[in-house]
Amino acid sequence: MDLEELLEIGQQERDRQQQKKTRIRCCTAAGCLSSGAETVKNNLEIAVIEAGLEDSVEVCGVGCLRFCGRGTLVEIDPNGILYEEVLPDQASGIISALSEGDKNREELPRQSDRNHPFFALQMPLVLENSGKINPERIEEYIAVGGYQRLHHVLMEMTSAEVIEEISKSGLRGRGGGGYPTGLKWATVAKMRSPPTPLNKGGVGQKYVICNADEGDPGAFMDRSVLESDPHRILEGMAIAGYAIGANYGYIYVRAEYPLAIKRLEKAIQQAKKYELLGSQIFDSPFDFKIDIRVGAGAFVCGEETALIGSIEGKRGNPRPRPPYPAESGLWGCPTLINNVETFANIVPIIREGSDWYSSIGTETSKGTKVFALTGKVSNTGLIEVPMGTTVRQIVAEMGGGVPDGGKVKAVQTGGPSGGCIPAEFFDTPVDYESLLKLGTMMGSGGAIVMDEETNMVEIARFYMEFCRGESCGKCVPCRAGTVQLYALLSKLLNRQANQSDLEQLEALSYMVKETSLCGLGQSAPNPVLSTLKYFQQEYLDLI
Amino acid sequence: MSVKTLTINNIPVAAEQGKTILEAAKESGIHIPTLCYLEGVSPAAACRVCLVEIEGSNKLQPACVTQVAEGMVIYTDTPKLQQYRRMDIELLFAEGNHVCAVCVANGNCELQDLAVEVGMDHSRFPYRFPDRSVDVSHPQFGIDHNRCILCTRCVRVCDEIEGAHVWDVANRGENCYIVSGLHQPWGEVDACTSCGKCVDACPTGSIFRKGTTTDEKSRDRAKLEFLVNAREKHEWTR
Repeated sequence: MDLEELLEIGQQERDRQQQKKTRIRCCTAAGCLSSGAETVKNNLEIAVIEAGLEDSVEVCGVGCLRFCGRGTLVEIDPNGILYEEVLPDQASGIISALSEGDKNREELPRQSDRNHPFFALQMPLVLENSGKINPERIEEYIAVGGYQRLHHVLMEMTSAEVIEEISKSGLRGRGGGGYPTGLKWATVAKMRSPPTPLNKGGVGQKYVICNADEGDPGAFMDRSVLESDPHRILEGMAIAGYAIGANYGYIYVRAEYPLAIKRLEKAIQQAKKYELLGSQIFDSPFDFKIDIRVGAGAFVCGEETALIGSIEGKRGNPRPRPPYPAESGLWGCPTLINNVETFANIVPIIREGSDWYSSIGTETSKGTKVFALTGKVSNTGLIEVPMGTTVRQIVAEMGGGVPDGGKVKAVQTGGPSGGCIPAEFFDTPVDYESLLKLGTMMGSGGAIVMDEETNMVEIARFYMEFCRGESCGKCVPCRAGTVQLYALLSKLLNRQANQSDLEQLEALSYMVKETSLCGLGQSAPNPVLSTLKYFQQEYLDLI
Repeated sequence: MSVKTLTINNIPVAAEQGKTILEAAKESGIHIPTLCYLEGVSPAAACRVCLVEIEGSNKLQPACVTQVAEGMVIYTDTPKLQQYRRMDIELLFAEGNHVCAVCVANGNCELQDLAVEVGMDHSRFPYRFPDRSVDVSHPQFGIDHNRCILCTRCVRVCDEIEGAHVWDVANRGENCYIVSGLHQPWGEVDACTSCGKCVDACPTGSIFRKGTTTDEKSRDRAKLEFLVNAREKHEWTR
């Protein structure tokens, strides 16, 4: 494979697509599939044949079209109509509307308003191909410029230049912590592997790991990216491998995401077939292979040291850091671990340049962030906004507030590790520092909206129940402390608690937060502390 | 090899590079309480009893794995650490079924000693009274899960020293327990060499030698009769 062949494949695919006047894009990400997208797509295909439009209309399955709460979604290209809540028997109506216009309006599904802030305020970067290309065909990814950045990096950049570009972009880890990605890459690049029997004194083995063990309740950003645009992750990982000097990558994805696994497997197979993964990519000396490791359902395996243990075939237990994985990771070798969304940002940074990327966002947080907007909100779905967008814009404008005119009380971000942002702080811009200051965190990007009806103590107990069940059981504060915290919250909700129980709840929360071994325990009390801070009266009312 | 100088509780200490805070403190005669730590096997940093405060670090660090660095200022016994240690021990007591009065390790138990050391006279957390089992299928030893604090000393000593790997941790969170073999009764695990290292490593009375538990006291009353007979009737056989 060389650049000419790659461009040729892209051109052929574009020519193929242009033969058909209309492309009907049917969302086939997990959200829409669960509301019957498969049947809708089949019926659309049948309707096209029945109407004799095979030569001018193509029905294709694409990734996430964002408006997940209104699935099944069908988009018509080129006129940009987006139908929501499409039912299988409305397929023929959609096809006939193509030629006859929408005179039979009542038979057609509702159309989304593309000028609504939900769409208008989005800035697709990570999701630029999501909903546009068929994730199961590498040709479509190549047709939109896929793998050209990998070629560019391998042929025209040194690994130091790649790292410099990522550093200058200001990209920070999208898994929640917000560690500067460029710095992490530079650290791993500078590490030397310990000598092994097969490798004496050489540069040695290093690994790239993509953390796709997304487990926060209510979060589905990474799943959507993997299901909608898997090749972007493979390309991002290969660029990372080149930059740090690794020739092997693992994607650790949870077993609960069977569709993402299936599409990743397919993507890896296709990339191997086209020699875009494997040995001597683009006839350069760079080799890169990617394997998938499927998690067995433990939330704690999203923690990097536990994840590494799990890939090694051991029990997924966190271990104390340092040494960080950058120094001693997978099988003791220097290892780069980044989240799915972080890898998804690599291609646009290399393509558009770090100056362009760092012009988006705020002073300390650059680029965009994908959020999974859920809960008591009218418009549920996947949104990608520039850093610095206010919470109010996300919840009130894009989300459309609480259905039936209720009042928003708070937004929960960061899942069981995060906290609540009460309504009075909704003008806070969304970036790493501002959210930390409010006692919550960016997290991986779940945003759960709560209305006035929501009992915040129950929310705190829900998250504590989650953490108590997901604690690995290694360290005492997390294993036994979360159990006692859950018991105290239950005692409160059963109206059997007194003032001293409330004091104990707070004291134990700080103890678990400060003494636990890994991030799970250290952040498990956050929902309690955050609701105690902003909704103390609700706790006092239960005494 | 270079030497680092640091202070622990305002006492100046010199320690070799690569030593842990715990080792450095020990050399200087400064006591840091530990529980899951066992010299000779890899540290687990799981019990969180040896956490210390380091100036300039916003996190408490376990002394058993944190290496010394030049100019470190360490405090091992601040009011906050005292409070957290006591809560930690209380959590352990509330989590299992620790009844000292009928325990083989009573008076010779590291958990009990620590409770005394941190001044824990009762647990402020309600006891969970979990339903746990006892395995006495091994001919010489027994394991009472009620007294287990999941320090994993037995797991590490069996794996790293004896090389048998009889023990491991099963399940997760509050449901964790020490499992023998492939979830078999201990007595049926072929890998067990009956070396007894786990018995010696166990900080509590969880793994014990048979014959030492409270209701196992056996009395040979027939011996008295035999002695009387031997003396009076000169019958020397039993």
